[in-house]
Amino acid sequence: MVALRTKRTNNEADEPSSPVLRFGADKPLKLDAGTLLSPFQIAYKTYGTLNDARSNAILVCHALTGDQHVASTNPVTGKPGWWEVLIGPGKIIDTSRFFVICSNVIGGCLGSTGPASTNPATGKPYGLDLPIITIRDMVRAQLMLVDHFGIEKLFSVLGGSMGGMQVLQWASSYPERVFSALPIATGARHSSQNIAFHEVGRQAVMADPDWHGGKYFEQGKRPEKGLAVARMAAHITYLSEAALHRKFGRNLQDREALTFGFDADFQIESYLRHQGMTFVDRFDANSYLYMTRAMDYFDLAADHGGRLADAFAGTKTRFCLVSFTSDWLFPTEESRSVVHALNAAGASVSFVEIETDRGHDAFLLDEPELFAAINGFIASAARARGLST
Amino acid sequence: MSVNHAQRVDLEVVADLIPPQSRVLDVGSGDGLLLELLQATKQVDGRGMELSQRGVNECVARGLSVIQGDADKDLKFYPDKGFDFVVLSQTLQATRNPKLVLDELLRIGKHAIVSFPNFGHWRVRLSLFVEGRMPVTKDLPYSWYDTPNIHFCTIRDFVNLCEELGATVEKATALDANGQKIGLSMPWWFWNFFGQQAVFLLKR
Repeated sequence: MVALRTKRTNNEADEPSSPVLRFGADKPLKLDAGTLLSPFQIAYKTYGTLNDARSNAILVCHALTGDQHVASTNPVTGKPGWWEVLIGPGKIIDTSRFFVICSNVIGGCLGSTGPASTNPATGKPYGLDLPIITIRDMVRAQLMLVDHFGIEKLFSVLGGSMGGMQVLQWASSYPERVFSALPIATGARHSSQNIAFHEVGRQAVMADPDWHGGKYFEQGKRPEKGLAVARMAAHITYLSEAALHRKFGRNLQDREALTFGFDADFQIESYLRHQGMTFVDRFDANSYLYMTRAMDYFDLAADHGGRLADAFAGTKTRFCLVSFTSDWLFPTEESRSVVHALNAAGASVSFVEIETDRGHDAFLLDEPELFAAINGFIASAARARGLST
Repeated sequence: MSVNHAQRVDLEVVADLIPPQSRVLDVGSGDGLLLELLQATKQVDGRGMELSQRGVNECVARGLSVIQGDADKDLKFYPDKGFDFVVLSQTLQATRNPKLVLDELLRIGKHAIVSFPNFGHWRVRLSLFVEGRMPVTKDLPYSWYDTPNIHFCTIRDFVNLCEELGATVEKATALDANGQKIGLSMPWWFWNFFGQQAVFLLKR
């Protein structure tokens, strides 16, 4: 077990079990950090068939700890794809009709180049030698993947949270390549509070003696405790007080009374510990540092002289934004400010706020109102795009 | 939406004023009836703004491009003359600052279309005059204490406001209690007395 865990997530980092696109020295990835990443690779999954006109492609962007396995069994966890409630044959995003692409982001740990990947210059994992990756870098890499498929214009780009940031970046950077955009539970920037939570997570990882300055693979170690604590803290931000209370209250875990010790007396403690422990089995600690940093650096308005509307000037893309009432990580106001900017840019925009107590994570759950909104938006966009039903 | 659905005869009058393929913003789009009508018959590029989140969610689920927003607060985010037509149907009387809202409509739209219930209608006058009570009619079914309609006006009041805002009345229509148009040749006082609803096409 120990030997398996100290390996890089079953080597999914270098040789993923999903298709992978490799770019050599002739096609470097230009990074916002000011350097070139080369060679590099993108691991991806596709579902459905690209039509002859190449007009039915939907790009799904994953969140902080997501991956390319959006609608099929995850090879690391053995669990269903993270958005199988939404995507699949006959589902809202119907893969018998649309060609769905989902790629692991650059900086990730499931096959696209990230800190756990082997640095060709040293033969060892990159660790912190990988330049800082931004949301725009991730999108730039995705564009190269989309080009590889010969897709001139994506029918839709959708995603929640960090995935939603990528959607906004796509619409801003490549408006002519995006017919419709569906950013969910996201914002055009990371707030101070969000950066604060991420910093807590990063410090937890770095405080773990097994982190070894990021070179833990070389020591045959992994900073599991630190990463688990990071995940526990982050997980609280994905829920809401109301949902936590509804689900756990002050219920005790497998016991009749308080034990007057520091065991997990309460169900919520036991639940969080479980969340932390299962997370370290599937995620690389350095990758967690890079992902959180990418979100922190995201500020679309700042890239346009502080005026968010200018990020979308002249856009023809059809937008639909969705927020959730109990999401305090990306509160409705964050979506609303994007909507106002899109209004100012004269864009076609719909905006739905969904009443739920399930917090930020609601976007991944079975939320009928979310599905109704996505369904209505996709159906009308498909009509406008001339896609047959 | 602040007025009875079945009574929305004004929608067809509004739709008649809008040429095909126009860019239209419907402020107070409610359940999306007008936007659907305009998309089906005029192939407009239509957008909606609606106060009630439930109304918005239903519209989006039906494929309409609608956002949750408040006419009193959120019109300022739209650029000058971004739309060919901005429609405010049966909503003016429910806004907190009708003058500001109308001013914004004239800024955002090359044309503004405003429809509203006429508080100068004889039934309203009769109710106040004879019974001494605030009118409750088929069109205006609310009691004074629970009505969302906080700024009623008469057709004459509205014409005055248009003058004050420097708006030109391009076209005006009054509908009687049966939803029939009142003859164009009739003077303002006649409209103000017999018109139950009014639809104005404005520009500035």
